[in-house]
Amino acid sequence: MTRLLLALVMAFTAAIGLAPTASAELKVLVEGSGNFQPTPLAIPDFEVRGGTNTDLARQIADVVRNDLESTGLFEMQNPASFIQKDLSIDVQPRFADWKIIKTDGLVVGAFEELPDGKIAVSFRLWDVYAGEVMRINGQPGRRLTTTPDNWRRIAHKIADSIYTRLTGEDPYFDSRIVYIAETGPKLNRVKRLAIMDSDGANQQYLTPGTNTVLTPRFSPSAQEITYMSYEGGRPRVYLFNIETGRQELLGNFPGMTFAPRFSRDGESVLLTQAEHGNSDLYIMNLQTRQSRRLTDHPAIDTSPSMSPDGRSIVFTSDRGGSPQLYIMNTDGSPRTCPSGGRDVACRITFNKGQYSTPVWSPRGDLVAFTKQLGGKFYIGVIGTDGTGERLLTEAYLDEGPDWSPNGRVIVYFRESRPGAGPQLWSVDLSGRNERRLQTQTEASDPAWSPLLE
Amino acid sequence: MKSYLKISAAAAVLIALGACASQPEAPPPVEPAPPVEQPAPPPPPPPPPVAEQPTGPVPGSLDDFRVNVGERVYFDLNEYRLDSDDQEILKLQAAWLQSYPAVRIMVAGNCDERGTREYNLALGERRASVVKDYLVSLGVDPSRIDTISYGKERPIAAGSDENAWALNRNGFTQIVSGTTS
Repeated sequence: MTRLLLALVMAFTAAIGLAPTASAELKVLVEGSGNFQPTPLAIPDFEVRGGTNTDLARQIADVVRNDLESTGLFEMQNPASFIQKDLSIDVQPRFADWKIIKTDGLVVGAFEELPDGKIAVSFRLWDVYAGEVMRINGQPGRRLTTTPDNWRRIAHKIADSIYTRLTGEDPYFDSRIVYIAETGPKLNRVKRLAIMDSDGANQQYLTPGTNTVLTPRFSPSAQEITYMSYEGGRPRVYLFNIETGRQELLGNFPGMTFAPRFSRDGESVLLTQAEHGNSDLYIMNLQTRQSRRLTDHPAIDTSPSMSPDGRSIVFTSDRGGSPQLYIMNTDGSPRTCPSGGRDVACRITFNKGQYSTPVWSPRGDLVAFTKQLGGKFYIGVIGTDGTGERLLTEAYLDEGPDWSPNGRVIVYFRESRPGAGPQLWSVDLSGRNERRLQTQTEASDPAWSPLLE
Repeated sequence: MKSYLKISAAAAVLIALGACASQPEAPPPVEPAPPVEQPAPPPPPPPPPVAEQPTGPVPGSLDDFRVNVGERVYFDLNEYRLDSDDQEILKLQAAWLQSYPAVRIMVAGNCDERGTREYNLALGERRASVVKDYLVSLGVDPSRIDTISYGKERPIAAGSDENAWALNRNGFTQIVSGTTS
């Protein structure tokens, strides 16, 4: 827990850049238009004010730059082009020097080693063309402290502040991704639970690989994962505490349980139970350990995901003859379907192809899915009323989307061609910014954590 | 060895016939008979009549089931129906299981890699269940049959082509206990 202890944010008392807000403030549009251009940002290495650890100061700035660049929204200016070399956090930059190299935003930072062994990083974000500081939470800058081993979290928090300030979107860099690390030949695969920071750093294995484990999902409210394991030769859903490493069987279902996912409040787990060959949806309250059956249909119902308001559940069902996406009310009452009529479950996918693995966006307006059509797999999104389907990716196999905490980025896994091992990828909701996430092994089933505390 | 002896015998007959056809004259005088030898001890009695093949699997063994019955049935794309070939194999399985009532089995449902993980787990469970139900309909006690789904997690063919996918869409009857060896 000490690792996660990140320090307070302290306001600057120095009164600089208090000029009234200019009318044309720097603003980065995440949706962008057809002729999208990333916004040029300059983030010089941070000034070392206390201590001598210039390497660490540079590494922190590197992580900030990398986080922001990974969004595809920003372009990092080449340090060789910088004219002003005497930047200081206490002094207003010479804006002309930054305008001439066509920089829209400038981040000036300072790094300190504190007497108690901790480190502190301060930074300011400057709007070069407006010639003023961009306030963050009302303050003209931020200062963060932590223990040296926790330095990456400071970097992610700085990047989050800048991203949020410039885009108006919620942050997401200071988060983690859990996934399945895959090793060994295709016919004898070893699958382990693994976790890493959102940028791929700090990769750790959480299970030894003795049992096949699949489909991990993060709790939105605790350092806990739910996943499926073949422990003891029986495929069932477990809870796994990341801090203690303790694994606990979830519920006492007679049949196979799989496809778990936390409710948005973290108080329940939705899952699928198969009995006598038939898969139906259940919800289990983690406090009372009472479970309730959600569907009772001879078709396959699986992969439930709850809306942020808790009222609805999207899931995969082949009740119409092939796997498609359906939405039901959590309380089981009939709903008015966008395609007409009233039913306990409304189909929302009607285009060609098979649809599965729906995941409700944290913003509530979209569902991400895997689509299979004509020998290809796609990751896409669709409105919860079944309108506005958009395909974001395409490959031999693209599967298993999950949302970043702010609902702007989707992580998934890809087998780029027949016989290629799975790798983790992410794509922006615009579909513009497809990137591979580096992992030590082949990897599948990624799931994003909530923002860290 | 056996076949070699048969061929030799046949060759001898042909030679004898040939000799008859081409040499009608009187045979030459015979040599004196060799001294009488001690007869060899009689061969051991033949094994009891249980249709045992000396080189085949032991009846009731894993190999017997694998070789003489067949442990997998194969499904069509996205399907869990049993076609007539599958039913023939399952009839053999059921008869075999009736002969060896101590045997317990686990039926695993498997899928190819061209589906998503969770749907395939559900589909594998359906496939396993269909195999179990058919065996039960043929008289196998359901308490002897467990089922499990591996979805797309247990391929038997490593390729990424139609042939491999067809092999990987299967119901696998695995003997868990109760075999003779």
